[in-house]
Amino acid sequence: MAYILIVITAIFVNNIVLSQFLGICPFLGVSKKVESALGMGAAVAFVLTIATVVTYLIQVFVLEAYNLEYLQTIAFILVIAALVQMVEIILKKVNPALYQALGVFLPLITTNCCILGVAILVAGGTYNAQGLEPNLLTGIVFAISTAIGFALALVVFAGMREQLSLMNIPMGMQGMPIALVTAGLLAMAFMGFSGVDNGLSKALGL
Amino acid sequence: MNQIKVLWNGIVKENPTFVLLLGMCPTLGTTSSAINGMSMGLATMAVLIFSNLIISLIKNFIPDMVRIPSFIVVIASLVTILQMLIKAYAPEIDASLGLFIPLIVVNCIILGRAEAFAAKNGPVSSISDGIGMGLGFTIALTLLGAVRELLGTGRVFSFEVFSEDYGALVFVLAPGAFIALGYLIAIVNRIKN
Repeated sequence: MAYILIVITAIFVNNIVLSQFLGICPFLGVSKKVESALGMGAAVAFVLTIATVVTYLIQVFVLEAYNLEYLQTIAFILVIAALVQMVEIILKKVNPALYQALGVFLPLITTNCCILGVAILVAGGTYNAQGLEPNLLTGIVFAISTAIGFALALVVFAGMREQLSLMNIPMGMQGMPIALVTAGLLAMAFMGFSGVDNGLSKALGL
Repeated sequence: MNQIKVLWNGIVKENPTFVLLLGMCPTLGTTSSAINGMSMGLATMAVLIFSNLIISLIKNFIPDMVRIPSFIVVIASLVTILQMLIKAYAPEIDASLGLFIPLIVVNCIILGRAEAFAAKNGPVSSISDGIGMGLGFTIALTLLGAVRELLGTGRVFSFEVFSEDYGALVFVLAPGAFIALGYLIAIVNRIKN
């Protein structure tokens, strides 16, 4: 039951983009069309899940085993960069159609701070595991739900921006300013979910 | 190149936040108050100056193929040093900035300047560029933090301007970050034209 709570909390209550401010660059950069937003969302979900597993294993079996915790940032960013390259190469061979669809977005993911952010949170066990012991399984659940939250915010925002592009907007507000204000309103809508996690944990009897 | 021009370029003409729109995550995530915004800006500036300096010094020894990974290692090492220093000497900043300190590694401004400026220029201009861009980023973050703190709690740098009862709490929370930054960029756009 606590897993359901992790999922709901990560997707709606503590949405990675709209309340944690991670992954803002792709959120603002790749949200002009719903299609590309879906592609970016899928690519991030894919890499985020694999990266979380790999960095967690590195944290436990390499960094902690040899007392090298201070190398965390360097090790993680290199692993993520290498992983993105590897995913790109494998995908190109195994599933060219998916590679074509994700193509441009894959290299961009290395500098997406939600990947490194989630990897650090999971490796350090400092995310909200809803009373469960933070381990690899809760970490994976957390990573996947975070990625879903990211994709959801991105797609909803892209839908709003598509509508917005048809509107007549005052000169100074055109482009990024109006997009940011729209994102603010979307964040306000997501604030409506705050407290849902407490209610749910009571309802589920946790 | 004229050093003053490089500085001015970073602070005003190509301000990383208001003009280039880079590094949005820390810009939105750490500006709940003016002092938080300023500490994040200064931390980023420190990494930016040293990464620009080191990369401009070693640029001739790095093969073109492994350029980006080498830059990332340099930046990540600097961030690790900074993280240790902040943990040791300013634990309260560490507590308020939290996850955003290690995330300086993936701040596009730093890699962007390494690639666009430090890899092509000498150490002295690279330091000026680091200071200029860093100051531009710090000023932008402090300004955004001050606006949010003022509208949200009626204070700036913890000095009371008007009573907290008239503050709109939403500006300290997540939505206010987006909205305040949106309007600040709109004002900058208006002044520029």
